[in-house]
Amino acid sequence: MLSPVNVSIESLNLMTLVPMLIPIVGALLIIVIDLFKSDQHKSLYVMLSLLVLGVDFVALMDSAGVFTQNGTVMGVFDVMLIDGLAILSQFIIVGASMLFIPLALTHKRFHEFSYPEFFALFLFMIAGFQFMVATDNLILIFVGLETASLALYTLIAMHNRDKSFEAAVKYFTMGALAAGFFSFGSMIFYALTGSVEINQIAAVLTANNYEDIAFVLIGVVFLLASFGFKLSMVPFHTWTPDVYEGSSAALAGYMSIVPKIAAFVVAMRIFEFLIHSGVVWLEVILYMGVVLTMTMANVWALVQTDVKRMLAYSSISHAGFVMAAILIGTTQSNSALFLYWILFSFTNLGSFSMLWISRQKNLPAHQQSDHSYNKFAGMIKTAPVAATIMALFMLSLAGLPPFALFWGKLYMISSAITGGYTVLALIMALNSAIAGYYYLKLIVYMFMKDPIVEDGGHVYSANATLPLKTIIGIAAIGTIFAFVGVNELLDFITVFVYNSGY
Amino acid sequence: MLDHILSILIFFPAIAAMLGFVVNKDSMRSYGIAVATIEFFLALWLWFAFDSNASGMQFMETIALVPTFGINYIVGVDGISLFIIILAAFFTMIGIASLGETKDIKNMIITLLFLQMTMVGVFAALDAIVFYIFWELSLVPMLYIIGAWGGPLRIYASVKFFLYTFTGSLVMLVGMLFMAYFYYQATGQWSFSILEWYRLILPESFQTWLFVAFFIGFAIKVPMFPFHTWLPYAHGQAPTIGSVILAAILLKMGTYAFIRFSLPLFPDASVYFMFPIAILAIIMIIYTAMVAYAQKDIKQVVAYSSVSHMGVIILGTFALNVEGISGSIFLMIAHGVVSGALFFLVGVIYDRRHTKLMSEFGGLASVMPRYATIFGLMLMASVGLPLTINFVGEFLSLLGFYKQSHILTLLAGMAIIVGAIYMLAAYKKMFFGVITNEENRNLPDVNKREMLALIPLAIITVWLGIYPKPVLGTINTSVEGVVQLMHEKAISQEAKERIPSLDIIIKRTSAKEAH
Repeated sequence: MLSPVNVSIESLNLMTLVPMLIPIVGALLIIVIDLFKSDQHKSLYVMLSLLVLGVDFVALMDSAGVFTQNGTVMGVFDVMLIDGLAILSQFIIVGASMLFIPLALTHKRFHEFSYPEFFALFLFMIAGFQFMVATDNLILIFVGLETASLALYTLIAMHNRDKSFEAAVKYFTMGALAAGFFSFGSMIFYALTGSVEINQIAAVLTANNYEDIAFVLIGVVFLLASFGFKLSMVPFHTWTPDVYEGSSAALAGYMSIVPKIAAFVVAMRIFEFLIHSGVVWLEVILYMGVVLTMTMANVWALVQTDVKRMLAYSSISHAGFVMAAILIGTTQSNSALFLYWILFSFTNLGSFSMLWISRQKNLPAHQQSDHSYNKFAGMIKTAPVAATIMALFMLSLAGLPPFALFWGKLYMISSAITGGYTVLALIMALNSAIAGYYYLKLIVYMFMKDPIVEDGGHVYSANATLPLKTIIGIAAIGTIFAFVGVNELLDFITVFVYNSGY
Repeated sequence: MLDHILSILIFFPAIAAMLGFVVNKDSMRSYGIAVATIEFFLALWLWFAFDSNASGMQFMETIALVPTFGINYIVGVDGISLFIIILAAFFTMIGIASLGETKDIKNMIITLLFLQMTMVGVFAALDAIVFYIFWELSLVPMLYIIGAWGGPLRIYASVKFFLYTFTGSLVMLVGMLFMAYFYYQATGQWSFSILEWYRLILPESFQTWLFVAFFIGFAIKVPMFPFHTWLPYAHGQAPTIGSVILAAILLKMGTYAFIRFSLPLFPDASVYFMFPIAILAIIMIIYTAMVAYAQKDIKQVVAYSSVSHMGVIILGTFALNVEGISGSIFLMIAHGVVSGALFFLVGVIYDRRHTKLMSEFGGLASVMPRYATIFGLMLMASVGLPLTINFVGEFLSLLGFYKQSHILTLLAGMAIIVGAIYMLAAYKKMFFGVITNEENRNLPDVNKREMLALIPLAIITVWLGIYPKPVLGTINTSVEGVVQLMHEKAISQEAKERIPSLDIIIKRTSAKEAH
């Protein structure tokens, strides 16, 4: 006879679920509204999503407050893990989503935003990412990852162009492969240790002193490959430029930030203990991955003729740059990762939004693609303000001081030096120099060539509305005045990362 | 107000530039001149208020920027940076006043004012990261000036300029971060303050490679052989104003940084690398002088001669004694005045004929007597004729290095003769003989607007050539402090010997007086 299981509601700590439940409730609300009265204007759903995300953000601030007082909180049979990493990454996820969603209010009508499902899926996706970062249970990570990814595939496909379907299918196939790798890797670790919780796995492996090193390595290979796909590390990056090209510029910018920070946090949780365990092979492989990703992506970006593809390769390179933090594995480097990514969100979302407001419905004859370099030739003469803002984002991406990303790079390279990776620091610096060229190329086109586009610069802001301009304004202000906030941000991040034990 | 005069000097042009967007296109030139004149007088006021008997930093300001990571906004001047700041303000003023460009003049002036902010910022910064911020920011306006107003190859030239310098400075940034980490290890606190770094004594092995990291950044900027290849392109394609500012001020950032960073931070490595760098400098002096002789384009002649003289500055800096370093700082100012003036002069003839080929000219002396006179004066100064500004600097630099090596100094001295050959040959081709090209027969002489730039430069050239003391004395006081610091910090015996202690010098002179 089984003894009855007694679980008190208090011990479940259901409050840990609140930040994830808010977007789910919001998504359901949107679907319900659609059931009762369909054919509502997209602005309703945009504002609803924004409100939901706002509430979510406040809930996060609450749990941040709890964290600063009581430290890490576990909940729901210890499946949920609300530590500093979870909170910081959720701030980035929700914050970037709040910057993204108003981009739906374009001047031109785009197919996907007329469906309320778009917004419901969007909110489900955010909940998925939030689950993914707020646990160290491999199964829940998997569930979160798949929820989010499936929603994201659909969002891409809803853009309703040939290239979007191609992109969605490509992303889906690669994502399925990555999911397979992930579950296989988790299975091996479960077989080795009898647990699916990362800290348990670490404890058991340390206790038996990595007896079955061969199996550990196989497990690591599978996990590495799956994160390789998700973080678009070379050589698993091939889908990235095509998918970015196929999806709308706004969504591409979003994809370069939010799914990656979620994957970074999980990678940090898994690889942190493995790196420090002295599995030398993993260090070597990660080192190679980081250097290859940075360098190769930069080299490919040099030869692109389309700005959006260039930005796709550039965001691969930035991901490689940030991946170095996980390799270095000190508190400083992990803090640098979050600092970098917060600053990167502003700049990168800003630059993709600039592409988004210049989106045309039909391509003129002289343009091979939506955002070819030619299109931006002589922009300073026809749309000086837009050209200056775009140049600002490019300079920031190149790491030119005192703009936002410079501080991220500074702290990241410094953490490499502090961690004893001086050569890596040099490679990172030289890669920034290579990257300088392709960002500069766009500036050269905008400022030094003669205009080709004939409609007096209207094309550069054809899609602009007040909400879009506001978002770009926020991104630009964040990029220019980053130096004001870097100190507070750094203090805040370091406390959170340090108190979570990373 | 004097407490904040440096911040005012740095940010006044930037704020003026932003307000300049509102100013009407037709009034922009007057606006630019007004702003630059105010800035220049502020700089003169700084000189007036400067205590030339103190060797340390003056007018220091500190504002916390990222205190957690040891980054603070710290600015200050000493005798080393004071005159370069004044020179920067001066050149921006006469540059805007004599601006020949008419295309997009508003954008040009706004860009120049932003550039001025970065120039003053670099020379006033006492925090490595703040220094780096201004150093990198200075690339952007220059990129735009070359790329938008330059010649046919302007885009290639501007991108090459940008990428070369950007790459070098990123390596330098790694060096700076390492230096800060070293400071953190030694004291438990992060700091990028240069003055605090001065107090550190680094082991020799660290010094060596940190010196190299900084050297790459600075050497590309100077530019030293073999990193000089971007400069002829940049000069060849840049508009007159771009070349003037580039030669007069931007190149000085590199040589100034050697004195501000490399020497006091790494005294042992400086001694270790003294001869290799001296040899590079001499190659640079002789080789570029020979290349200059082979040029057909007068602007390239001036550009290569400018590189050649930068070699003498490097040589003086790495003499590592008071004469050499003071001489090299004085030569920086002299080189700024003279090569700036030469680029102005090339611009004058280019505006009239739209060619820079020397074969197109000849016999200009009879058509444009005033032009020929000023050109002649500047050319003599560039060659290093006694009683001109360049002579003082070159003489002191070589004198300083003579104490370290006789043979190398002799070689460098020979190069000055080569300098005389190509400069005089160029002058002969352009100004003497009969007029062969009909187009040159009716060229107008230098006009008032151009005189505005050239006359002050000519006056300075002669004035400081005859009586350099007001400038040299102030420089000397600060340099003595630097050399003394280096002597105290040096670890190895050789370094102690190579870098003379001031006490000994003072003793020696007092002993002489006793005789």
